[in-house]
Amino acid sequence: MSMHVPLSRRRFLKVLAGATGALVVGVRTLHAQEVVDGVPLLLLGDDVTALGPYLRIEPDGRTIIGARDPDCGEGTRTSLPRIIAEELDADWRHVQVLQLGPDLFRRKGATLWRYGHQRSGDGTSVPSAWQDLRQAGALARWLLIEAAARASGIPASRLSAHDGAVLLPDGRRLSYGSLVRAASRLTPPRTPPPLKSPERYRLIGQPAGDVDARAMVTGTARFALDTYMAEALTAVVVHCPWTDGRLDSIDTRAALRIAGVRRILQLQPEPGQPLGSTPIAHAVAILADDTWSALRARNTVKLSWKPGASAGPSGETTEKETLALLHSQSVPTHTVRQYGDFDATARHAAHRVEATFVQPYVAHATAEPMNCVVRIEADRVEAVVPTQSPQEAFDVVQRLTGMDPSRIHIRVPRTGGGFGRRFEHDYLAEAVMLAKAVGKPVKLLWTRDQDLGHDFYRPAAIHRMQALLDRRRRIIGWNVRKASASALAGREVPADSLWQSECDPNALPAGLVPHYSAAWFELDSPLPRGPSRGGHHVVDAFATQMFIDEIARQMHRDRLQLRMELLGAPQLLPDANNGPLDTARLANVLQQAADRIGWTLRRNNGHGLGIAFHAMLGAYCAHAFEVSVHGNALRIHRAVCAVDVGRVVNPLGLHAQVTGATLDGISTALGQAIHLENGRVAETSLSDYPLARMAQLPREVEVIVVSSTEAPTGASTLAMPSAAPALASAVEAATTIHVRRLPLMPELLRKI
Amino acid sequence: MQARPDPADSADLVKVPPRKGIALSVNGQSFVHVGDPGMPLLWYLRDTLRLSGARYGCDSGLCGACTVLVNGVRTLACERSMDTLAGQSVTTVEGLAAEDGSLHPLQQAWIDEDAILCGYCQPGWLMAAADLLRRKPQPTDADIDALPNLCRCGSQPRIRRAILRAASMRRQNRHTP
Repeated sequence: MSMHVPLSRRRFLKVLAGATGALVVGVRTLHAQEVVDGVPLLLLGDDVTALGPYLRIEPDGRTIIGARDPDCGEGTRTSLPRIIAEELDADWRHVQVLQLGPDLFRRKGATLWRYGHQRSGDGTSVPSAWQDLRQAGALARWLLIEAAARASGIPASRLSAHDGAVLLPDGRRLSYGSLVRAASRLTPPRTPPPLKSPERYRLIGQPAGDVDARAMVTGTARFALDTYMAEALTAVVVHCPWTDGRLDSIDTRAALRIAGVRRILQLQPEPGQPLGSTPIAHAVAILADDTWSALRARNTVKLSWKPGASAGPSGETTEKETLALLHSQSVPTHTVRQYGDFDATARHAAHRVEATFVQPYVAHATAEPMNCVVRIEADRVEAVVPTQSPQEAFDVVQRLTGMDPSRIHIRVPRTGGGFGRRFEHDYLAEAVMLAKAVGKPVKLLWTRDQDLGHDFYRPAAIHRMQALLDRRRRIIGWNVRKASASALAGREVPADSLWQSECDPNALPAGLVPHYSAAWFELDSPLPRGPSRGGHHVVDAFATQMFIDEIARQMHRDRLQLRMELLGAPQLLPDANNGPLDTARLANVLQQAADRIGWTLRRNNGHGLGIAFHAMLGAYCAHAFEVSVHGNALRIHRAVCAVDVGRVVNPLGLHAQVTGATLDGISTALGQAIHLENGRVAETSLSDYPLARMAQLPREVEVIVVSSTEAPTGASTLAMPSAAPALASAVEAATTIHVRRLPLMPELLRKI
Repeated sequence: MQARPDPADSADLVKVPPRKGIALSVNGQSFVHVGDPGMPLLWYLRDTLRLSGARYGCDSGLCGACTVLVNGVRTLACERSMDTLAGQSVTTVEGLAAEDGSLHPLQQAWIDEDAILCGYCQPGWLMAAADLLRRKPQPTDADIDALPNLCRCGSQPRIRRAILRAASMRRQNRHTP
C-alpha cells in the first residue's frame, strides 16, 4: 500500500505501510528532467532526481531515522536525523539512526535516486536537509495525530504531540508505537502539513552529542577497514610516482614466496580509463591473505618506474616565471570581475600599496587513508566505501562492472575524514578492477606514503595584489591578479568551471570599493588536483586579509578599523547561489571577535593580535588570535572565532566544526606543503608533511555563535578561510616579520 | 540415529600438544601467535584477532592511531613486533571498559565532552590518555600538550577537556566514602 501527497508539481511525500505494520514516510523530489528507460545511469548523473530520506516507527515504539549523507566527521549522522525528529516530535532517546547508501528506483520510466542529496563536507548537507527533511517528519506527525483523533474521538485540533506520543486534552498519552498501524492506513492530507513554528523547537538549537560516541570510544564503530569479508584478499598498492609514467621493471619472485601472498598484479589503466578524466597512476598491487603478508611482499618486490613526459622542471611553471607573468601586460586567461576604472584611478590616487602572496600545494591527509572493500559476485556487487559522495561511488561501480543498478549495494560506513578527497573514487576503481581480476573480495589499503603521494591536491597559488587609496587613506581601488593551476583542469567539466574553481567574482572586497579588477592566469601542473576543504576560499582569503593588513601597516591605520571602514554601511551584496551577502552580519562577527580578544587593550607582554574575516555559502566568520614568538617557538595563546550560520541545528556539532576548521586552518598554515621534484611528489611521510601537534595548537577555541533565525547554512568549511590570515596577522604583530608566504613555520625560521 | 564417536578422534582431542608460538594475553584472554614473528602487533590485533579499534594511520610511528598498552605502558602497535611480546599483556580500546560493560572514566568523559568528530584516531588517544593518567593521575595542561598523537579533525581541545574531566572524576570518586 502506498499513497502520495503532492507538495508541488515535482515533489511529493510518500506514505506506505511497512511489512511489520510500521509507518514509513519519505520525501521525494523529482527533477524537471524526466529520464527515459534504458539510458545508462552514468549519462544521467545525480542531477536527475532527488528522493528523500525516510523514517520508520515500529509498533513497539522504536523510531528509526535514516541519515542520507555520509559522516566523515561533519556530524551529519547526528544533525540530519534530529531535523526529522524535531518535526516528528520524536523522543530522541529512542531514536536509532540508520545510514542510507545510494539507492535507485524507477517510476514512470525514470530512474531516480531514492534519497536525494547525498554529499557531505561541502557545506550542503544541512541546507538541503532544511528544504525537505522537515516535511518527512511533519507528515508522520500529522498522520499519528490523525490516528489518535480517530481512536479517541477527539478532534485533531485539540491534540498535540510530544516526545514520541500524542497528548489528549485529559492528559492521557497515546504512544506513537500504539498508533502506527492505524496511521499507516490513513489517507494523507492533500496539502503538506504545516511545519512547526520555531518557538516550539525542542531538539533544533539544543546540543546533541555524536550518535556513535559510545561505539567510537569502545572501539566497536566499524570503519571500512574494519570490514572482514569471507575469502577477501587484502591488497596494498605501489603507484608510479609519475601520474603519466610506466612500470620499467619488476621482479616478484622473492615476494611471491612469502607465506600468504597470492597475486601480484599490474594496474595499467589506459589514458581516460577507468574514470574518464580522473587521472589514475599505473600501479602494482600485492594481494595476500592478510595485511602484513601484503606489506612484507611490498617491501620485497623489486620495482623500477619510467617517468612520463611530466618529469623534469618543464612540467611546472616556476615561481619566478609566474611572478613575471603576473607583472607582465599579458592578457589573463579570464577576467573574473571588473568595474569602475582601476587603471585610470591609479594615475591620480594619493597612495598605492602592492604585495605578492605565495601559497603551496597542500594534501588532504585524512586520518583514515584511502581504502575500500569490494565483493563482486555473478549477480551482485557489494562495496563498503568511505566516500563523501555515495552516488558517485555507485556510478563508478556500475561503470566498471556493468551490473544492473538494482544489484549494486554501496555501504557507507563512518569515515575518517574527507575534506574533499573522497569526492574522488580512484581507490574504489582500483579495488573493483582487482576484485574482478582475482575473483575474490578485495580489501584495498593505501599505505600513508601512497595516500600522501597520490592525492588530488589543493592548487598552489600566487596572488599579486594592488590597492589604491585616497588622501584620507580610504581604499578606492583593488586589483587582484591570481595565477594557479585549476583544480578541475583536464576534467570533463564546462569551460567556465576551470576559473570558477579558482576565483569567485563576488569575493570581497568586490562591491565595496569603487574601482575593482580581478583576473586569473591559468598555470599548468603535472600534479593531480581536486576539491579541498573551502577550496579557493581558503587561498583567496589569506591573500585578501593579509593584504588588508599590509595596507593598514603602510597607511598607519588600525587593522580592525580599516576592515570596518571597508565593509561600510550595511548593505546586501549579490552572492551567486547563496542569496545576498549581508555586510552587517559580517561586520557583526568581526566586531564580536575583536571585542572578545580585547582588540583595543594594548599588550605589553610581547604578544601580538591578529584578525581576519570571511563570508561563504551564506555564512559569516571572523577570527582573532593572540600569539607570542620566542626564538623559533610560536605559541597561540588565544583563538577566538565568531560565526553567524543562521539557525543552529546542533550547537555542540557547530562548535566542533568551527573548532576543527580553525585548527585545520592553523595546522595547514603552520607547516604543510607539497613539493614537486622532477614531476613527482617529494613528501612521502607525515614527517615530511607535519600535522600540528597538541602543543602547537591553542588549548581552546573560543567560539562565539551569533543567534539567528535565518535558514541554517553549512558549517564544515566556514571557519577554515580566515584562520590562517588571523594567525599570520598576529605573528606579524608580535614580530617584525611580514608573512607573504605559506607555510608559516619555515618562513619564521628563515626570517628570525 | 546418532553417529558413534570414533575412539581415535576422541583420543586426538586430548593428545594435541600446546601450539608452539608466541603466547600473550590480550584484554585478559590468552592467545598464541603462530605466524610470522616479525608481524607488527597492529596487524595481529586487526587481522588475526579482529580487534579493529587500533587503527592504521601511518607507517612511521607518527600518528598514534594504533596506540595500545603493553603491560599498562603506551605502545605503538605498528612498531612493536610479535616476537617481543611473549608473556606480555596487551590492552586495546576494546579492553578499556570493565568486564560488566561499564565504561572507563576516560570513555565516559570522551562522550560527555563529545570529543569524537570523525572518530578514527580516538581509540589511540584514549589509550595514550590512559597511560598518562596511570603515570600522572592529575595531569597538567603541559602533560597533555606532550601527548604525541595526531588528530586531523581538530578535536584536541575537547580531548584535553575530556582528560581533565576524567582525572577530576577519579579525584571525586576517591574522596567519596
